[in-house]
Amino acid sequence: METLVSDVKQELPTDSMAVLTADPMIPEPFRVVQRKPETEDTFTLVLERAQSDRPFEFQPGQFNMLYVFGVGEVPISISGDPAQPQRLVHTIRAVGTVTRAMQKLRKGAIVGVRGPFGRGWPVLEAQQQDVVIVAGGIGLAPLRPALYHILRHRDAYGRVVLLYGARTPEDILYIKELEKWRGRFDMEVKVTVDRALGDWHGHVGVVTQLIPKTSFDPQNAIAMICGPEIMMRFTIYELQRSGMPNDRIYVSMERNMKCAIGFCGHCQYGPKFICKDGPVFRYTEIENLFGIREI
Amino acid sequence: MSKKKDASPQTVTLPSNDLSRLFQVLQSRGYTILGPTVRDGAIVYDELDSPDDLPRGWTDEQEKGRYRLKKSGYGTYFSFAVGPHSWKQYLYPPRVRLWQMHKNGTGFELNAQNGPLKKYAFLGVRSCELHAIEILDRVLLQNGFEDPTYKARRKEALIIVVQCTAPASTCFCASMQTGPKAERGFDLAMTEVADGERHYFVLQSGSDAGREIVQELACAAATAEEIAAAEQAVKAAAERMGRTLDTHGLQAALYANREHPHWREVGERCLNCTNCTQVCPTCFCTTVEDITDLTGATAERWRRWDSCFTMEFSYLHGGSVRSSAGARYRQWLTHKLASWVDQFGAFGCVGCGRCIAWCPVGIDITEEARIMCAETVNQ
Repeated sequence: METLVSDVKQELPTDSMAVLTADPMIPEPFRVVQRKPETEDTFTLVLERAQSDRPFEFQPGQFNMLYVFGVGEVPISISGDPAQPQRLVHTIRAVGTVTRAMQKLRKGAIVGVRGPFGRGWPVLEAQQQDVVIVAGGIGLAPLRPALYHILRHRDAYGRVVLLYGARTPEDILYIKELEKWRGRFDMEVKVTVDRALGDWHGHVGVVTQLIPKTSFDPQNAIAMICGPEIMMRFTIYELQRSGMPNDRIYVSMERNMKCAIGFCGHCQYGPKFICKDGPVFRYTEIENLFGIREI
Repeated sequence: MSKKKDASPQTVTLPSNDLSRLFQVLQSRGYTILGPTVRDGAIVYDELDSPDDLPRGWTDEQEKGRYRLKKSGYGTYFSFAVGPHSWKQYLYPPRVRLWQMHKNGTGFELNAQNGPLKKYAFLGVRSCELHAIEILDRVLLQNGFEDPTYKARRKEALIIVVQCTAPASTCFCASMQTGPKAERGFDLAMTEVADGERHYFVLQSGSDAGREIVQELACAAATAEEIAAAEQAVKAAAERMGRTLDTHGLQAALYANREHPHWREVGERCLNCTNCTQVCPTCFCTTVEDITDLTGATAERWRRWDSCFTMEFSYLHGGSVRSSAGARYRQWLTHKLASWVDQFGAFGCVGCGRCIAWCPVGIDITEEARIMCAETVNQ
């Protein structure tokens, strides 16, 4: 205990501003540069720093805490291009008080940002491997930075597969980009919807049905999955059936979060803090928790 | 002020009649003294002016779901176990303003923060509580980030241990290896000895700040007999622990038993009142509240203690992850006695017994843990 206690007694910085800016709980003002509707309930905010033009460096899969003045704060994954750190991009679904307030923000409005937080996708470990990206609904948003990174360094990776499931054709995110990616010869893109009317000519069914129809080498591939837990569970099952070992599968988890720095306790998932140990986990790190209800 | 272990600790004897001198020395050094006092039928922590504010002549009787004050029949000051308060309320306050901002032309700006903190002396810290503070250090200072609120308060606090000589029936610090004797990590440690005619405190310094206070008190060095009497009083306490908890294999057993039907059974008794988390000296979970003034020009964020027993705690769009009471109890107990070890390298329980006494339906963490460990359910 001696060392523990003596550590506490290190001098605080004397400059009070240094203390304030060092406080990870204080949001920094960012300006809304663009608000782009994606689907009926989902939109993308493009932000830039309001008080400096310092780039916002982040790893694909990390998230920020976004604050609407006087309303509240929510965790939102970063969905922009890590190679364009001047533009901070988030795709948000309006489901609560704060996100609905964000949906009404106009160009020029100010939001608070804390971050980036957490551990992202294994884009380095995936080099020289096939990459299988499986997204459900808004789960595509935190995977998009990984896709940007992989496509920018395309030669470093083997086959690249994107499997994406949405509820209906109207709920498909980033539709123009999906079309562009689908047109590439160095990438396989498959999209499915849960239900559709007659004008939909694509696949109907759950995203896991796309896995057997896709070609990748399960022993030399990395899978990155983000979506509802039930979708991730069946995706893992299908990947396992294809012969992929558990330690090649990565998932992004979600829990209630208030602080993003491991203090508030809300995001605990067994012994893990989603905010700082995740949100991206290698499946083997959490497989003993994954099937347990109400954990 | 350094909390490094005192290189030349001094052990002296302070006659009980001179306890007021300790108060005077602390006050002259600018400390506001916080310590135990009787209020609302319990021994709680509050600001103390003099030894008259201490619970002299009082003791407590604790059992599952039960806490009663009673007269001890002796003139001792510290013959009681821990009450509903813990030092957490001063180091990590129940409600704290994290920041205040105001709107300006283009956005928002941070307003000046709160003023300087009071310099507190914590008088009457027990060994279990000292370990609880050490656990909070691990959570709030050594976890990758530092909490500035906690750090500033922790740095200022002078810790005066009063060794425990009166454990309650709900106590099990000996099992958790967190007491009853505080060995280090304090500025000053006192042991109260009431030995027939004589009533005195054996004082031991544990830091430079503590040694300065001992020197200013100018007491006689403690005799070998006095030191032995103090040691004996604490040793006797270890033998009077009302409860035990076998921690051997506890973590593995709890992890293996996440689907044990007993969780549901506890969930049926548990009222989800959050008392256990509020009295716990190590529970650190918080939530935030965002508020504005009427004009909407000034916004504040407050942090307040939260509890994993509420439905809101695990709320994720669409509902709560832990919607049953059994799942919430499992989260709490498994966190305390298993996942805390993975997270912070120690149990999140110091064996103080507060959650047992203050549970309105008398749920006993030692009993529930024992049941969970008795058999491993095949999954």
